[in-house]
Amino acid sequence: MISQRNIGLLLLAVALVAPWFAYPVFLMTALCFALFACAFNLLLGYAGLMSFGHAMFFGISAYFFGHTVKAWGLPPELGILAGVAGAAVLGLLTGALAIRRQGIYFAMITLAFAQMVYFICVQAPFTHGEDGLQGIVRQPLLFGLIPTKDDRVLYYVVLAIFLFGYGVIYRVIHSPFGQVLKAIRDNEQRALSLGYEADRYKLLAFVLSAALSGLAGATKAMVLQFATLTDVSSAMSGEVVLMALVGGLGTIIGPVVGAFVIVTMQNYLAYLGEFVLVIQGAIFVVIVMAFRKGLVGELGEWLKRRRTQS
Amino acid sequence: MFELLGIAPQALFGQLLLGLINGAFYAMLSLGLAVIFGMLNVINFTHGAQYMMGAFAAWLMLTMLDIPFWAALVLAPLIVGLFGVVIEKLLLKRIYHLDHLYGFLLTFGMALVIEGLFQWKWGSSGAPYPSPIAGGWNLGFMYLPKYRGFVVVAALAICLVTWYAIERTRLGGYLRAATENPTLVRAFGINVPRLITLTYGLGVALAALAGVLAAPIQQVSALMGTNLVLVVFAVVVIGGMGSIMGSIVTGFGLGIVEGLTKVFYPPASNTVIFVVMAIVLLIKPAGLFGQTK
Repeated sequence: MISQRNIGLLLLAVALVAPWFAYPVFLMTALCFALFACAFNLLLGYAGLMSFGHAMFFGISAYFFGHTVKAWGLPPELGILAGVAGAAVLGLLTGALAIRRQGIYFAMITLAFAQMVYFICVQAPFTHGEDGLQGIVRQPLLFGLIPTKDDRVLYYVVLAIFLFGYGVIYRVIHSPFGQVLKAIRDNEQRALSLGYEADRYKLLAFVLSAALSGLAGATKAMVLQFATLTDVSSAMSGEVVLMALVGGLGTIIGPVVGAFVIVTMQNYLAYLGEFVLVIQGAIFVVIVMAFRKGLVGELGEWLKRRRTQS
Repeated sequence: MFELLGIAPQALFGQLLLGLINGAFYAMLSLGLAVIFGMLNVINFTHGAQYMMGAFAAWLMLTMLDIPFWAALVLAPLIVGLFGVVIEKLLLKRIYHLDHLYGFLLTFGMALVIEGLFQWKWGSSGAPYPSPIAGGWNLGFMYLPKYRGFVVVAALAICLVTWYAIERTRLGGYLRAATENPTLVRAFGINVPRLITLTYGLGVALAALAGVLAAPIQQVSALMGTNLVLVVFAVVVIGGMGSIMGSIVTGFGLGIVEGLTKVFYPPASNTVIFVVMAIVLLIKPAGLFGQTK
């Protein structure tokens, strides 16, 4: 029987044995981006808000993590907390302004704020400008109980963080709060007339999405041991949109699939250098023209069609 | 005698001129974006790439075919505008019925492809374009290079001609009517799809024209439009896309604000436009000249 539950259990089993078959650092990177894409998709797929500046949360959190651990010498748990908190506060500030406009303006405003954060990161002393924060040494977690020098051990930590974030998103989507979000997405006027304060719901979703993107960014900095301007750049914002789009907007597993596809592609095509951007752009064009539901969405559609035929 | 708050007048007027020139480009680009959005309901993310293509076309014509600047000023926008027409016919036309976001994503993807290809072929370091008007005027309080003066005047003229064409001519009237109610305008026997194609071509040509004007001032490089288009988005949010004159005024105004910031508090010069955007969103969310729709 193919049920959602069985597929979920199968994927979990694959995730548990994966580091023995694939390079752990690659898997960890992919998991971080998967969480990032899921956080982005929470906003677009379920609240109907397209942020084109999500790299600001991902990147600022990576910097906060690096600074807390490297410059202040604090344990990595506090680094992650600092990153998530920083991303959430930034989300509150930018979100409160961005939700004053809708639709395409919302995308442009978030994009502009992200560019502002980028310029601030270029100039601020704690980010070390063009060099970025390099060599953030991995410290053991939980008061030294979990050694993180070993990639496979760290992999399970990252998997746990990913599952936590994914679980939060799953709960949010299936909660009354998530239902109200969908109602606002589908018809904001009607939701308002029913007495839901749409702006507060949107802002809360925005902050939540920002905080989870921050979780992904801090974890990425812990795994790869650096935080650079790439993490806050508009290219990164575009990349996360691409991941969610490739997998399928508004499907809960889609962004995970999309993230793995894009990270794998970047891994294998790294020798092409800047030409990867051309390929990514072409994927954007092809998806918008022909496969708007993404991989998971189209697959689901196909399965549904087969079931109704038989 | 001529010292304001400890700032030398040369520095002040020099930065004001730079701000005015940047403002001229903001105005031309946001004007094109607004016209395209009005007709196509698409935010043209490719605008920065098309601006770059204009500059590149001029540079390639000069280095490969010895075509001078003044001819390129006409030819480059024509070529790039034609390219825009092809894109509209092939791709954009098919997505008008979808949510605005898809147009944004599609043109973002196209920008990546175009900029990536140029970067792959010509690298990301810039190539210089010799100034077509040498020399300058000494105005006493500052030195004004002739070409820079020309750019400001030319940009202003282009903006005003565009305004006149849209607000005062018959074709512009069709355009504005079709923006309001395309079905009705079609019923009067006007070919609206062709009008839409034409609008996109013109908007793109405007971006390319700005690119040609920018070539002798900035380095011609594959990524010269990447960051610019993001600033122009902020300009568009500040001005609101409702009015043509609004785009022009906002563009020039913000350029000057940026120039002044460079004089009085240089570290904020990159971010000042975004700060203005935040303030405008707080006070007048629809933008300075926009209507809430």
